[in-house]
Amino acid sequence: MNKLILSTAALALSAGFAVAQDVVRMGTEGAYPPYNFINDNGEVDGFERELGDELCTRAELTCEWVTNDWDSIIPNLTSGNYDTIIAGMSITEERDEVIDFTEAYFPPDPSVYVAMAEDVDVAGGVVAAQTGTIQASHVASTGATLVEFATPDETVAAVRNGEVDAVLADKAFLEPIANEDADLMIIGDDVMLGSGIGIGLRESDAELKATFDTAIQSMKADGSLNTLIEKWFEGMTGPY
Amino acid sequence: MFAHCADPSTLEGFAWLACYLTNGKHMLFYGSFGTVLLLLAITAPVSLAFGFAGAVASRSHIPPVAWIGKLYTSIVRGVPDIVFFLFFVIALDQGIEWLRHQAICPDWTEPVRQGNDFVVCPEAKMPLSTAPQSIHEIYNFTLAVFTFAIVFGAFAANVLYGAMNAVPRPQLETAHAYGMNDRQTFWRILVPQMWVYALPGLGNLWMILIKATPLLFLLGVQDIVYWARELGGSKTAIYAYPHPDWRLYYFLFLLVFYLAFTRVSEVVLERITRKLSHGQATAAGEAMRREA
Repeated sequence: MNKLILSTAALALSAGFAVAQDVVRMGTEGAYPPYNFINDNGEVDGFERELGDELCTRAELTCEWVTNDWDSIIPNLTSGNYDTIIAGMSITEERDEVIDFTEAYFPPDPSVYVAMAEDVDVAGGVVAAQTGTIQASHVASTGATLVEFATPDETVAAVRNGEVDAVLADKAFLEPIANEDADLMIIGDDVMLGSGIGIGLRESDAELKATFDTAIQSMKADGSLNTLIEKWFEGMTGPY
Repeated sequence: MFAHCADPSTLEGFAWLACYLTNGKHMLFYGSFGTVLLLLAITAPVSLAFGFAGAVASRSHIPPVAWIGKLYTSIVRGVPDIVFFLFFVIALDQGIEWLRHQAICPDWTEPVRQGNDFVVCPEAKMPLSTAPQSIHEIYNFTLAVFTFAIVFGAFAANVLYGAMNAVPRPQLETAHAYGMNDRQTFWRILVPQMWVYALPGLGNLWMILIKATPLLFLLGVQDIVYWARELGGSKTAIYAYPHPDWRLYYFLFLLVFYLAFTRVSEVVLERITRKLSHGQATAAGEAMRREA
């Protein structure tokens, strides 16, 4: 038995020496449809799943999908639990100080408020947003009372049960929810936040960033990125 | 899972529910109950071993050993569980990777800490980034078990330390009088008799351990709380089984599960207490003697 363990360990070690960095672990949240979500078979699905798989094929990388909670998604990237964040993360200056971003694969998506009534005061009321999002910092800057939640779903649930007056999140996420629920409606105009969505990478991973940039550019050039955006985001025309 | 579940949008009522409750995601949910039970099954004996070692070390006549035992119990008991879990798991993981890095890649020239990044050579990653996801999950689970064992071991050490001191002194003196040495007295007289004193404390710890299992969720292990929240959240038409917010029902189910589990534990602990009190020089043992 001991021999068996030793030889397995030796095998594992010798296998370790032969590793080339060709498996890329893709970190996502898995709770933000249509960007990324866990489908009914328990697999990561959505726009970013399809995009990520296509980018990996083009860059000839083997990719593995990993889910991680949103609030610890950046620390777990920098400590090396996975190699990319592809989770509808808008490129912002604050984040860019900690991690690097590829060029945007999705244009700046307007954010909207969703509430139970038309006359909600979003500038002075109580507004929900997911922790650590651009929407949360926006709400904090408007003078409204910000209530933060760990998952996107909880922010919407808070509106439904009256805990908050409205929720601010990406339009692509809130629109289907508001359409399907007669009680919820989009109020006010679109709020433009952020400068597009990119793949987050460790600052020390310049090579991987260049690889993904090239793959994104090639998808923009041949129009396949537009097709993918139009497939997952109803009523949206591909901007690239 | 079943053939008629291929297109859920055509189903209604009971058939829909049956298909919904047997889809892939629910199977992962049911499987996660196994994860929790496995965690308990491994953690309980391991933390008991940690506790025993800690208690023996605290009682040691060699000062440095006694210091280590006391330091372990007081430090771990004094830190909030969540802080310990969050800190220790990251520190342990990075510590292992750093050691492997030193051993495997001595030629690596770049610093390990680059700003916010913790960078070791790819061969030193634990587990290797080429390893399948299941290995990563097993590794995370092992870290979780180890952390639970350390935390609960510290509490168990204190309970066992108290129990060892509660064994009536004349028992040990009698053992010595019969010519047993210290080691024999410890293993043949002290240890068998201490359990009855340790049991209430250990039973408490077991209950707390059951209730602490949702902390797994914090450690990135997809446990029953993770799946309950994930499944219960409202689902739009992008999912095959759209439904409103059902978190209440999922959490209610977890509540029933935990209550049933702790109730069964209470019954079992009750029986063990009876068995261990038999023939002991305690009030419970004396009462049983009179009944008989």
